[in-house]
Amino acid sequence: MQFRTRAIHVGQDRDAATGAIVPPIHIASTFVQPDASMTAEYDYARTASPTRRNFETTLAGLDNGTRALAFASGMAATHCVSQLLAPGDQIVTGTDIYGGTWRLFNKVLTGHGITVTAVDTCDIDAVARAVTPATKLLWIESPGNPLLSITDIAACTEIAHRHGALLACDNTLATPALSRPLDLGADIVMHSATKYLGGHSDLLGGALVVRDAELGKKLHWMQNATGAVMGPLESFLCARGVKTLELRVRAQSATALELAHWLEAHPRVAKVHYPGLPSHPAHALAARQMEGGFGGLLSFELAGTGGDGDVAAARRVVESTKLFQLAVSLGAVESLIELPAVMSHGSYEPAARRAVGIVDGLIRLSVGLEAFPDLRDDLASALG
Amino acid sequence: MLTTKSHDQAGGQDEPLATAGLGPSTAAVHAGEARQKPGHAIADPIFASSTYTFSDTQSIVDFIEEEHPREEYGRYGNPGERVVERKLAALDGGEMAVLFASGMGALVGLLMAHLNAGEEIIFFDECYHRSREFCRKHLTRFGVGFREVASCDYDAMEAAITPRTKFIVSESPTNPHLSVVDIARFAEIGRRHGVLTLIDATLCTPYNLRPLEAGVDFVLHSATKYLGGHNDLLAGVVVGSKEKLEPVRNLRGIMGGVNSPHNAYLLERGLKTFALRMERHNANGLAVARFLERHPRVEQVFYPGLESHPYHAVAARTMRGYGGLVTFLIKGHEKGADWRETAKVVDSVRIPRIGPSLGGVESLIEQPMVMSYWNYTPAERAAFRIPDNMIRLACGIEDSADLIADLAQALDS
Repeated sequence: MQFRTRAIHVGQDRDAATGAIVPPIHIASTFVQPDASMTAEYDYARTASPTRRNFETTLAGLDNGTRALAFASGMAATHCVSQLLAPGDQIVTGTDIYGGTWRLFNKVLTGHGITVTAVDTCDIDAVARAVTPATKLLWIESPGNPLLSITDIAACTEIAHRHGALLACDNTLATPALSRPLDLGADIVMHSATKYLGGHSDLLGGALVVRDAELGKKLHWMQNATGAVMGPLESFLCARGVKTLELRVRAQSATALELAHWLEAHPRVAKVHYPGLPSHPAHALAARQMEGGFGGLLSFELAGTGGDGDVAAARRVVESTKLFQLAVSLGAVESLIELPAVMSHGSYEPAARRAVGIVDGLIRLSVGLEAFPDLRDDLASALG
Repeated sequence: MLTTKSHDQAGGQDEPLATAGLGPSTAAVHAGEARQKPGHAIADPIFASSTYTFSDTQSIVDFIEEEHPREEYGRYGNPGERVVERKLAALDGGEMAVLFASGMGALVGLLMAHLNAGEEIIFFDECYHRSREFCRKHLTRFGVGFREVASCDYDAMEAAITPRTKFIVSESPTNPHLSVVDIARFAEIGRRHGVLTLIDATLCTPYNLRPLEAGVDFVLHSATKYLGGHNDLLAGVVVGSKEKLEPVRNLRGIMGGVNSPHNAYLLERGLKTFALRMERHNANGLAVARFLERHPRVEQVFYPGLESHPYHAVAARTMRGYGGLVTFLIKGHEKGADWRETAKVVDSVRIPRIGPSLGGVESLIEQPMVMSYWNYTPAERAAFRIPDNMIRLACGIEDSADLIADLAQALDS
């Protein structure tokens, strides 16, 4: 079955008792046991719950994994992966990663004796140099957020595995509709389900997907021990969102590409970051690694040199669009606009943020389902 | 055109985005929603509240005397319900929408609000069997006359109108025959005779056609279908002018068939992808209909997008697409094969589930003779033109190739 058909049907079997085409939302926190052996399929909802498991089954299928785990947020999912490490271990991360991930790694894990090394994962030689025998985890994000860098997932996997490290890929921006890192060798796929999977700006969630059963077992043990699970109502809403995932992502990708081309030709725009543009340094790799679209996120910089003037101009743009609403997050039906330096990536230390190339005047767009001409007209009037 | 963006200024922006002239997907995402929502949330809150409190006695008096627009009690209205009503009104190009607990609730609410004893109502006869049942068995108990004329026979409809006639009603496309009504012509008959016109547009949806623009007084939808779109809620809605719907809203507050805050939110959420889904439903419906038309085991296909369909011309002229519902007949019936032969096809498909309803992301299949007309006599079924070998397939948004491959194996098995 094709992706879209699986997104609707796998893991979402009709209810055997009533025939309900949508499985019931099981809100129970505990499950009554037939005997004291605790061998029933469900016992306590932190360990497993039917509605969460349905969503996990759907997602595992879409990412071509064998097991998915749903979390209370994307950060909870990332945190769970980090708990596989011990003091003395090293994480190598990309430089173009979500600000919250940067904060967890650099401000929390370093306090637990874990070394964090950032490297431009677009430069495979640099990755090869950064990974050492102490490296237990190579964490990449492709496309990266907010600069839409493209990392060669297969090449990074090869380097990680050569050193006995795990390769985890944050697949939030590409979604399984466009890219399936497990097929390229990745060990763990992470999603902020808040974004495209949920897709409607109305839930927080995260997920991990793996192919290796042993790794899945370890992560599930950790999830159960630490407890940051996705609730039943969110699991239902997320599964409902996934049914239109491919439709949404393809429509958003098509509109984002049109906007990227339009912005690139705009006299007030100096630079557009979007992997679908032939001008993107890794366009060819993106075309190979992503199937049928380049996602709904793009960022751009206004013409002029850097500095405060630039920021003020960028601020005026993000504050004067009408359809694009000013908010963090991405991947939903509504288009959003924001300034990463002060909003989505404000949790970076300023110096670290500038070092990775996020200029203060960078504007990030998350393209929703609105029609291209409507969004273009909105940006045109904001850019003046 | 566009309102100004909602910043955190005092007062905020309560007015929804004006979506007239914007694309259908832009309207589906934004129409009817305040730009500045409570708590600055981008998604509307669910007000799971049965009642609404007043700060003091004077506030109640002010509310009653000055009719301050505010909530009072859940049966009269709910903030989330009002949002989805505004969105539905905008999508259909109407002034007002009134939401009900189900499509039948909406039909009953509308008719009870506008009909009086001694008046009568005339339907085009290809109609949902429960609509007919309500009018024939129940409206008549209140002294309201009910008659049917053949669908799309405009002369017969016109001839049937008497001074007692208050309403003329049709579905378009009809279910399950998918006959397409020339809405403008239908509306014109109503105008000329001074009778109210109602189109049940559940099957075409405002994506494919907006009957109010063609001049009818009311549009009704079972929002359970394409509008909700995920087979996970029940809802009905009537859209039209404020003047004609105020009495409907008032009666709803008395009869009590309101929807719930949770459902209203799921409906609003479903509407966000309405344009995307309809595009897929339309594409799947057409692809499946074309496949079936060429299949040797298929005797006839009813689908307005097919050139062979008797109402293709009017459909092509008035509709953007033709929806996801496809009805077809299995060959062999004329040689004495009984309904079980057709049931075998229904039982052999793997992707569509067997069940009533339509318009959701999951495809559904049914044999109308079994699902809806089992308790009717063969003569009655013949009169309703529901042959034993008829299958109704409600295409979801799965891939066309998967649905066609599945139908192929079911027809060949």
